[in-house]
Amino acid sequence: MANITMTVNGKSVSGEVEGRTLLVDFLRTDLRLTGTHVGCDTSQCGACTVHVDGIAVKSCTMLAAEADGADVSTIEGQANADGSLSAIQAAFQEHHGLQCGFCTPGMVMAAADLLKKNAKPTEAEVRHHLEGNICRCTGYHNIVKAIMAASGQDVSQLAAE
Amino acid sequence: MYNFDFEKPSTIADAVSAMAAEEAQALGGGQTLIPTLKQRLASPSKLVSLSGIAEMKGVCEADGGISVGGATTHATVAAEAGAYPALAALASNIGDPAVRNRGTIGGSLANNDPAACYPSAALASGATIETNSREIAADDYFQGMFTTALEEGEIITNVRFPIPEAASYQKFEQPASRFAMVGVFVAKYVDGVRVAVTGASEDGVFRWTEAEEALSGNFSADAVEGLSVSGDGMISDLHGSGDYRAHLVKVLTKRAVAAAS
Ligand SMILES: Cc1cc2nc3c(=O)[nH]c(=O)nc-3n(C[C@H](O)[C@H](O)[C@H](O)COP(=O)(O)OP(=O)(O)OC[C@H]3O[C@@H](n4cnc5c(N)ncnc54)[C@H](O)[C@@H]3O)c2cc1C
Ligand code: FES
Ligand code: FES
Repeated sequence: MANITMTVNGKSVSGEVEGRTLLVDFLRTDLRLTGTHVGCDTSQCGACTVHVDGIAVKSCTMLAAEADGADVSTIEGQANADGSLSAIQAAFQEHHGLQCGFCTPGMVMAAADLLKKNAKPTEAEVRHHLEGNICRCTGYHNIVKAIMAASGQDVSQLAAE
Repeated sequence: MYNFDFEKPSTIADAVSAMAAEEAQALGGGQTLIPTLKQRLASPSKLVSLSGIAEMKGVCEADGGISVGGATTHATVAAEAGAYPALAALASNIGDPAVRNRGTIGGSLANNDPAACYPSAALASGATIETNSREIAADDYFQGMFTTALEEGEIITNVRFPIPEAASYQKFEQPASRFAMVGVFVAKYVDGVRVAVTGASEDGVFRWTEAEEALSGNFSADAVEGLSVSGDGMISDLHGSGDYRAHLVKVLTKRAVAAAS
């Protein structure tokens, strides 16, 4: 067992982990931050996406010990300081970007990662960026629409299929 | 996952000593190794993380080529290998953004998955794979599916690519995994053209020498028109038959030549 310390959503946290403890298990089990989901065992679905030192990673495919000393943000840290939804979260609600919601934490974290690097992405860029995030419900159109809307673009002409 | 010890050295020398332990294994970005451990297909006693070794990260230009540290992520190569645009483009299409943010060139070349992208770039470029103890030419490095010239405990510290006059990588994605169903890397150098094919053969990445000869005389898509690739020895699985993959080799080679810049 090793002792690790990291900043999660602005707060310093520490804990004891085994070598094999995954970052997602540390977040969900030790810190009880269960907003980050596990949707697969093959590193393909992206439901577990969080940011580590500002970049998007699959927390199911990173060891907790690798994040020792890092600055981590999760879906729980996305809302505005007053508790209201972030622009991306609000756009998902407004444009019906979710159905069951299982993929949504990962989608929101992937979207936040994209918009930080590319403030006004094209529809094709949004779709390329979401290749590692699988949704079994929505068919993606409204997720793409929500992200375009969150970036301040007019989405009235986007397909509403 | 079986349990293991975890060590994160900050120099190559310390990583080499850590790797001396019985059943120790290197950890690059973990994008292949962690899923493998989850399936209990490996049981290392210790993982030696290479992600804290600054001297193994980044891209730099040197003597008409570029040099990529063994622990450099695909995202960094995509962003920093502008001097070799076809290589940067290849890196920018591996997997998805989160995989590119963690996965490394050293991990990809060490693993030598028959459907991985980087092996084709290394072989088509005649790259040199540098390890903690020696330099290995790409032509000697790849030895069949998941098999390389690396010895137990050897670490890829750097990969040197000579920059071609023109090159392109064309990948026909297997849509579920986004790995290459077939991928072809064509690179044109002053002394000839090299064509490396990934995803197709049961022997892993290989050079399509007939196409290299044809293209060295006439660098145009028409030059390979008359050639044929046999489906014998090609991978046949639920995604495509050997004959289908053989067909894709030629189609993608033509596309790569047409797109080479
Ligand atoms: C969803 C998904 C999609 C993917 N799509 C693609 C794709 O389209 N194309 C593609 O090419 N790949 C793809 N990959 C694989 C990805 O590129 C991996 O990052 C890569 O194959 C392994 O690199 P790694 O740094 O993650 O290595 P790890 O998983 O950490 O290690 C892999 C192996 O290499 C060894 N190793 C690691 N680093 C070194 C080193 N420097 N020296 C010696 N040995 C080392 C390890 O011991 C292990 O045996 C995908 C992966 C996932 C999860
Ligand atoms: S749970 Fe991490 S990719 Fe599916
Ligand atoms: S909303 Fe159900 S998986 Fe995406």
